[in-house]
Amino acid sequence: MILAQVVLNGFLVGAVYALFSSGLTLIWGMMNVVNFAHGDFVMIAMYVAFVAFTALHLGPAFFVPLAALVLFMLGVVVYYGLVRHVMRGPMLAQILGTFGLALVLRYATLWIFSANFVSLPENLLGDVVTFAGLRLEPSRVVAGIAALTLTVGLHMLLTRTALGSRLLAVAEDRSAAMLVGIRPDPMQALAWGLGAACTGVAGALIALFFYISPMVGESLALIAFVVVCLGGFGSVPGALVAGLTIGIIESLTSFWIGPAFKDVVVFALFLAVLWFRPQGLLGKA
Amino acid sequence: MSISRRPLLAAPALLFAGRAMAQGAPIKVGSLMPLTGVAASAGNSGKAAIELAVELINTPQPDLASMPLMATTGFPAIGGRPLQLVMADQQGNPSVAQNQALRLITQERVVALTGGYQSGLTQTASAIAERHGIPYVNGESVATNLTERGFKWFFRTTPIGPDIAAIYVEFLKAARVNGRPVTKVAIVNENTEYGTSIADVIRRTAEAAGIAIALQIPYAANSADVSAQVLQLKDAQPDVAIFISYTSDAILYARTMRAQGYRPPILIGDDSGFSDDNFVQTAGDIAQGVINRSAFDPSRAGSNSFKVNALYKARTGRDMDDTTARIMQGFLVTCDAINRAGSTAPAAIQTALKATDLKAEQLMIGYRGVRFDDKGQNTLGSVLLVQLRGREYVSVWPTETATAQLQLPYRGWE
Repeated sequence: MILAQVVLNGFLVGAVYALFSSGLTLIWGMMNVVNFAHGDFVMIAMYVAFVAFTALHLGPAFFVPLAALVLFMLGVVVYYGLVRHVMRGPMLAQILGTFGLALVLRYATLWIFSANFVSLPENLLGDVVTFAGLRLEPSRVVAGIAALTLTVGLHMLLTRTALGSRLLAVAEDRSAAMLVGIRPDPMQALAWGLGAACTGVAGALIALFFYISPMVGESLALIAFVVVCLGGFGSVPGALVAGLTIGIIESLTSFWIGPAFKDVVVFALFLAVLWFRPQGLLGKA
Repeated sequence: MSISRRPLLAAPALLFAGRAMAQGAPIKVGSLMPLTGVAASAGNSGKAAIELAVELINTPQPDLASMPLMATTGFPAIGGRPLQLVMADQQGNPSVAQNQALRLITQERVVALTGGYQSGLTQTASAIAERHGIPYVNGESVATNLTERGFKWFFRTTPIGPDIAAIYVEFLKAARVNGRPVTKVAIVNENTEYGTSIADVIRRTAEAAGIAIALQIPYAANSADVSAQVLQLKDAQPDVAIFISYTSDAILYARTMRAQGYRPPILIGDDSGFSDDNFVQTAGDIAQGVINRSAFDPSRAGSNSFKVNALYKARTGRDMDDTTARIMQGFLVTCDAINRAGSTAPAAIQTALKATDLKAEQLMIGYRGVRFDDKGQNTLGSVLLVQLRGREYVSVWPTETATAQLQLPYRGWE
C-alpha cells in the first residue's frame, strides 16, 4: 500500500515537473534560446497568485488565468525588450542575457517582497481525499490534469493549426519563413508569450501546495532543464514523458535507497539516455 | 606642473583625516549572513538583529544598562569611537563565504568577523580569519567540529551539538519514564555539516543512554519534494521523529506530513528551520505541538530578552526567534571584547575574548553566561525545550523553568 502511494506521489510530482517544463520546451524548441530565467518566471507566477489571493481575494479559478495573462505579457515584453536583441549576438550573449534577466526578476522580487517565505492556504481546492486507501491532494491532482491538458493543447496547436505551422516554420528556418510571407518577429514574440503563459499556469498551480519565496526558482529550474533535455528539445509530449519518468524514479529511489541518492540515480539515468539518444526520448535527431 | 602641485593640495586634507581617525573614526566589524539564496529569510532576520545591536551600541540605552556597551556611546574604552557594521552576503555558498571573509579582512579592514549561519559556511569563512589572524566570533553554528580544529582565533557563544543532544536524550528518557514508548527513534537530517553532525551526536548520545536510533534518513537540503521521506517514516512508524532541517525543507515537511496524514507521537524539529518565524507563520498551524530547542525566551516582562524582542519587533514587525537571538548575542559578545581590548589590534581583541566572563544578567539570551574554554567554545551556553502552541513557542522542559505544560502526542493540524 505504501509502495502504491510512493508511485502515485512520484507520478503527481512528475506531472508537476512536466507542467513547469512545458513552457521552457516551447521557447527552447521554437527559438533555440535557453531561457535561464525560467525558474524565476515560475516564481513570478507564484507571486501573482499570492498577491491576487491575499490582496484581491481572488480564488484559483481567477488567479490561474490571471497568472497566465501576466506571464504572457512578460514573455512578449522580454522578447521585444531583450531576446530579439541578444539573439543577434553570440551564443554567450543569449545565455548571459536571460541569466541577467533571472537575477533582475529574482532580486526585484526580493526587494519588493523581502526574503520571507509566504504560502497560500493548503486547502484552497479542498482537503485531502482518500481513494482506495490512497491519499490524494486535490491541488496536486489538478496540477497533474493541467499538465496533461496543456501538453495535449500545445501539441495540437503546433501540429494541427495554421498558427502552429507558422510558428514551426519560423523555428525551422527564419529566412525561408520570411520568403513565404511570415513575419518572424510576431511569431517569436507569440512563442515567448505562450511559453511564459504555460509557465504562469504552472507557477500559479504549484503555489497551491508549495512555499513561495524569491529564491524558489532555484529549487525548480534545474529539474526543468533536465526534463526538457531528457524529453527531447522542443518536444512537448517528450517533456510530459520525461517529467513523469523523473518523478517516479525520484520517488522510488528516495523511498528504497534514500533521498540523498535520488539525484545520483536520476542524473545517471539521464546521462545513460543521452548516451544512446542524444536527441532525448521523443526528440527528432 | 599639475603633478607637482597635487601632493601640496592633498597634504592638509590628509592631516585633517588623520585627526579624525584618532578621535572618532568608526571601528569596523564584519558579519557574514545568507542575505540571498535559500536561507535568505534567516539571514535577513540575522541582519536586522545585528543592525539593531549596532544602533543600541552607538546610542545610549539606559533601559538595557545591565548589558555591556548599552549605557554608553560606541566603544567607551577606545575613545568613544562608533561601531560600523560591514555586512556581507555569503549566498549560502561555502566558497562565497570564503571570498567575502577575505574581502572583509583585506579590503574593508574589519577588526573582527562574526556570523556565518550555516555550519558548513562558518567552517570555510573562519579558516580565512584564522590564516589572517583576525578574531572570528560565531553565535549560531552548532556543528561540534568547528571548535575542534585547534583554531586560535575562533570563538563560539552558542550551545553546540553535544549540549543539544544531551537535552533531547534527557527529555526522551523522561518521556520513557512517563510511560510513553521511545524505543523506535527516527532522525531525518539535511546532509551538510549542520544536519550530519547534529544527527551523529544525537545518535551517539541516545545509544549511550540505551535508546536505539532505528532509522536515519539523510536528504539533500532544498528539495522540491519530500513525500518519499514522509512515507518512509509512515512505513516505519517510529515513536519519535527528529528533524534537522533548514527553513524551506521544514515548511515542506509540515505540509507533506499533513497531505500524507502522518503524525509521529513525538515530533522534534531542531532549531534553525523550525525556529524560523517564517516556518511558524507559514506552516505553524499544521505543526502544532512540535518540540524544539531554544535559548531565547522573551516572555518574561522586564528581562533583557523581553526588551530586545520589543525593539526588534518595532523594527521588523516580527518576534525574534532563537537563531536570530543567538546571532545577535554572538555579535554583542564580539563588541564587548573589542571594547575591553581597548584597542583594535587583533591580538588585543583575541586576549580580551579569552578573558570574557559575562554573567547571565549581562546577556539578552538565556545562557548562564559567556566564558570560553581553550578551544574557544562557550562553556556556559544552555538550552531548553519549547513547544509550538498556536503561533508561539512556549517553554515546556526542563519542568523547573517551564512556563507551560508539555502536551503529547504531537497534534499537527488538529
